[in-house]
Amino acid sequence: MTDVAAQPGNSNVASATPDTMAWDSRARRVMMIYLPLACFVLILLFPFYWMAITSFKPNAELLNYKQHNPFWISSPTLAHIKHLLFNTAYPTWLKTTMFVAIGSTFLSLFASTLAAYAIERLRFRGSPYVGLGIYLAYLVPPSILFIPLATVIVQFGLFDSPMALILVYPTFLVPFCTWLLIGYFKSIPYELEECALVDGATRLQILRRITLPLAVPGLISAGIFSFTLSWNEFIYALAFIQSGANKTVPVAILTELVTGDVYQWGALMAGSLLGSLPVALFYSLFVDYYVSSLTGAVKE
Amino acid sequence: MSVTTLPSRGMALRQPSWIARLFDYKPFLIVMCLTPAIGLLTVFLTYPLGLGVWLAFTDTTIGQRGIFIGLENFQYLLKDPLWWNAVFYSVFYTGIATIGKFALGFWLALLLNNHFPLKSLLRAIVLLPWIVPTVLSALAFWWIYDPQFSIISYLLVDVLHIRSTNIDFLGTPWPARFSLIAANIWRGIPFVAISLLAGLQTISPSLYEAAMLDGATAWQRFRYITLPMMMPILAIVMTFSIIFTFTDFQLVYAITRGGPVNSTHLLATLAFQRGIAGGELGEGAAIAVSMIPFLVFATLFSYFGLARRKWQQGEAND
Repeated sequence: MTDVAAQPGNSNVASATPDTMAWDSRARRVMMIYLPLACFVLILLFPFYWMAITSFKPNAELLNYKQHNPFWISSPTLAHIKHLLFNTAYPTWLKTTMFVAIGSTFLSLFASTLAAYAIERLRFRGSPYVGLGIYLAYLVPPSILFIPLATVIVQFGLFDSPMALILVYPTFLVPFCTWLLIGYFKSIPYELEECALVDGATRLQILRRITLPLAVPGLISAGIFSFTLSWNEFIYALAFIQSGANKTVPVAILTELVTGDVYQWGALMAGSLLGSLPVALFYSLFVDYYVSSLTGAVKE
Repeated sequence: MSVTTLPSRGMALRQPSWIARLFDYKPFLIVMCLTPAIGLLTVFLTYPLGLGVWLAFTDTTIGQRGIFIGLENFQYLLKDPLWWNAVFYSVFYTGIATIGKFALGFWLALLLNNHFPLKSLLRAIVLLPWIVPTVLSALAFWWIYDPQFSIISYLLVDVLHIRSTNIDFLGTPWPARFSLIAANIWRGIPFVAISLLAGLQTISPSLYEAAMLDGATAWQRFRYITLPMMMPILAIVMTFSIIFTFTDFQLVYAITRGGPVNSTHLLATLAFQRGIAGGELGEGAAIAVSMIPFLVFATLFSYFGLARRKWQQGEAND
């Protein structure tokens, strides 16, 4: 499982699939491929549509399906978003989440690049086992760890601090990134490093000037994965953070915005929409890396 | 990677400092490179894992050191109907959601493996449910499942006239259980689909050509070529999926918090309720630890159950 070949562009290798060879008619193709695909896309995207449309609906329309078509907005409003940005601590939560996500991403990239380099490039006795050990760490789910981790965080005096999250998130980011980067380092020819060694470069120079620059696509995809995963993380943030200002967006929306018996659906959905946008934007910028490294990473 | 010229000429001229030379000593470099990763994982993963097992055998509460009480926590859990309920729902949730995710995800992967315009755009769009934070999409589902203003109820009652009353999705145990499973399947499809798509692309088209010349039907091609070739990757993706579905937390916590009448508690949400919210760290840890046997069993089952085919046939692909 550790010999991952994560090369961007793998997803484009698709060559002739059976259906292009088949002598199928257009109608058959529509029924067998386009129609089901359209259904999938509709169902997979509907919650986002619903989230978006709710965010811009005035309350009168929101709760009145008899007079207003629920699937459309007749008089869009920015009231929910305004309420979110000016009457709640939403901007603070966004900032905290961004800080935590960026911090843990850099920490994880630093740790896993070095680890992947040591495992893949500096080959020592037992390096495959170290690699396997790090990989297995990914299979330990946060749901088992959060209770003891909470006591560890308290012992370290980090309870209720975003630093706790930055330090804890690498436990699930490092295994994943290391795994991904080992695959990348593997794709870089050894000869390059050997030549540099012969020319008298030190190992650190080789890492900095040859291996790392060539592994940049791998670093980018590992970075995107780390960023999205830490933006999404919930259980640790829920268990370790108490004060409103230090909460991350997913936790804050659920614990601070959901109040009382009457839910403010407009504001809640606006919060969800705004909280999803950064990852969605980030993702769309690097979508090719993302999809190809995902398809690449799962290839044996 | 067609890099032929190396930027090494300049480096060789400079005399490396003693620090650089220290880093050239391989064992030292290896230790230095592994320290950050291994250190983080030891302090925040291995140690807490051990601590969690230890806590499960103590009566620790928040703010108070516990003493060793042996198997008392587990004996208590075995008599606790809520724990049994959580075990039942965790298994049920994992089982149904996994079947749904893999059936639909495989189908979607097969569809995406065809040639059509805007293919890569569609793949990108399809991944969205997996990218967006689970809690935030769970909130959207909560709103979709609203007892009064559910859009599904609106469609069924006012548009299609199939039902006369709104569905109480989250207010009664069984509908609530299935509502959560549906949301989990929705979230899981993209990952399964994209992973399996990667597997589909490694299958050589010549196999299909040969089968078509032999007159194999579409179903036969799927059954005798696609499925066997996909077994190894299915085994891995399913193992992952089972582990993370069984230990799911966010979706249930965001939508029902275990209710109504504790019918939708997963082991993870129950552990949170007892351990963090209730302050009974020892008992919460015991619930969390009680997930481990299920996880080990499910992992062995899915991995070896599916991967067996590969080594039985002795085919060394890749």
